[in-house]
Amino acid sequence: MNRQIQLDINNTNLGAEGRRSRPSVVARNRQNQFARRTFFIVTLLPMVLIATVTIILVVRSWPILIAYSPKDLFLGSTWRPDNGLFGFWPYIVGTFWVTIAGVLLAVPPCLFTALYLSEYSHSFTRSIAKPILDLLAAIPPVVYGVWGLLAIVPFVEDVLAPLSKRWFSFIPIFAVTQPTGFSIIAGGIVLAVMIAPLIISVVYEILRTVPEELRHASLAVGATQWQTIRQVVIPRVIPGMVAAIVLAASRALGETMAVLMVVGNVAQVPKSIFDAGYPLPALIANNYGDMMSIPLYDAALLCAALILLIVILIFNILSTLVLQRMLGKNWA
Amino acid sequence: MMKKRWQRRHVIEAFVKGLMMVSFLIVAGCLGAILWTILVNGFPALTWDMVTQIPQGGFYLGKGGGVLNAILGSLYLAGGGTLLALIFSLPIALYLETYLGDSEWGRYVRLSLDVLWGIPTIVYGVFGFIIMLAIGLRASLLAGIVVLSLVELPIMVRAMDEVIRRMPADLEQAALALGSTKLEVAVRIVIRQMLPGIITAILLAFGRGIGDAASVLFTAGYTDRIPSSLMQPTASLPLAVFFQLGTPYPIVQQRGYASALILTIIVLIISVGSRLISARLNKYTVK
Repeated sequence: MNRQIQLDINNTNLGAEGRRSRPSVVARNRQNQFARRTFFIVTLLPMVLIATVTIILVVRSWPILIAYSPKDLFLGSTWRPDNGLFGFWPYIVGTFWVTIAGVLLAVPPCLFTALYLSEYSHSFTRSIAKPILDLLAAIPPVVYGVWGLLAIVPFVEDVLAPLSKRWFSFIPIFAVTQPTGFSIIAGGIVLAVMIAPLIISVVYEILRTVPEELRHASLAVGATQWQTIRQVVIPRVIPGMVAAIVLAASRALGETMAVLMVVGNVAQVPKSIFDAGYPLPALIANNYGDMMSIPLYDAALLCAALILLIVILIFNILSTLVLQRMLGKNWA
Repeated sequence: MMKKRWQRRHVIEAFVKGLMMVSFLIVAGCLGAILWTILVNGFPALTWDMVTQIPQGGFYLGKGGGVLNAILGSLYLAGGGTLLALIFSLPIALYLETYLGDSEWGRYVRLSLDVLWGIPTIVYGVFGFIIMLAIGLRASLLAGIVVLSLVELPIMVRAMDEVIRRMPADLEQAALALGSTKLEVAVRIVIRQMLPGIITAILLAFGRGIGDAASVLFTAGYTDRIPSSLMQPTASLPLAVFFQLGTPYPIVQQRGYASALILTIIVLIISVGSRLISARLNKYTVK
């Protein structure tokens, strides 16, 4: 009651001066408290969501996790859902190979590009590099897939495979075993381009955290720029570089559409980079939704999603913690 | 002896610098190669019919029609998803800045957002499908919007957060010193300061949402009609590209490339547009 009167007086006073009436301090504080609580609840949402997704996937893939031994499930290499055989090994190996190929191809040029942008280039080059990276990051996965289909698969088929057949066929992992370009390496190339903007921008941010004075000191005693980079800059940023690469690897692991379109989707354990593979995300995308009649099939595909999720969560949390520490307030 | 060493390290310097420039050119060249490939292959089949008509009978066998259903479907999906994500992102971003700041809790929330960002969209798609089955919802525009908003949420919050954190601290302190509550600081000062950031974040999230196929694959369905309510299934451009390429007919595949070109053009417009808009609006913020 008292409060009400207070508020009214307040309003009249302000009204008399011809200004917009304002709520009292009490009311403003109450609004503030209310907003704080509401915002707090909304802010819990991301954490709740991560927990919910994980728990639901565990619960739904539980039937298959108890029906088969982990050895049969994760190391078994036969995938025949209609016969009750669920061996994830070909898919796990396929995922692993495509990701490794993508990361290995992406890392050297990306690190050099980040170093170039951070240490050598003029501000003009930097100003054109930013939009280029933004555009690369903005291109949808399915467009990368179309590019892979039109450019990379023929390139592998007509250029890389014959080249490897001629010169490297004695090395088992470079053996050409099939006539098409739909292969691990095609998936790897497409992935490499997709994760490039992420690696470059994160490594660039980390390189900027090295104090300029250190560089100046090194240059002042006569080191060349590359000596400075190698002996002063790089030792300070190695953990961050590793974290950036792990982060990119986790992005690559979960990439579905682009890889699915170029990797061949043959359920076999790939032995060479020219073999077709079948990564886990492609397995889910191709089969989930129309497997309801076969017992445990649904649980098996959710188990595939769970494997992906857990590996990615681990990679992500570790790399993010390192980057948060290294970048401090700049981590965004 | 001295002379030789001097020469050697300078040769290495030049070599490494060359290597770095080549790397940069390779990365830039990839962007060029992608855009060129899509343009060259998509352009011949890009007719007026493609963007103004819905698929007619036998479209996937090579008969007439276009992908208007997918273009509109994608705009609805990404638009709805972005709106829903914005409703949740804004409070989170404001709470992070005004109430949490750089505290321990702030770090956990940012970590959780980054982890959420890293979860593959196919997992969101599967998760969405499980929830849909549980509550008895069929593949529909609504389900697609909800799942896309999950995909877009972390992108949006982190993009806003990045801008808010660059805001000068004095501004907020000045407002607090004059007796504002934190809510008033958030609504009257922070939101105004971060307007360019909000718009960039919205466009960034929209661009991500419109291009994602794996999350809407199970949740939004696919249809040749334009959805007239939230409960109807809807087509989307990425899936239109994917399905058309999956047919054995060259003419339909051609149209798949054209659909990819349409999608690329939309995404490029958004990306360039967000840059222009934020550059323009940035003039009105306090530096």
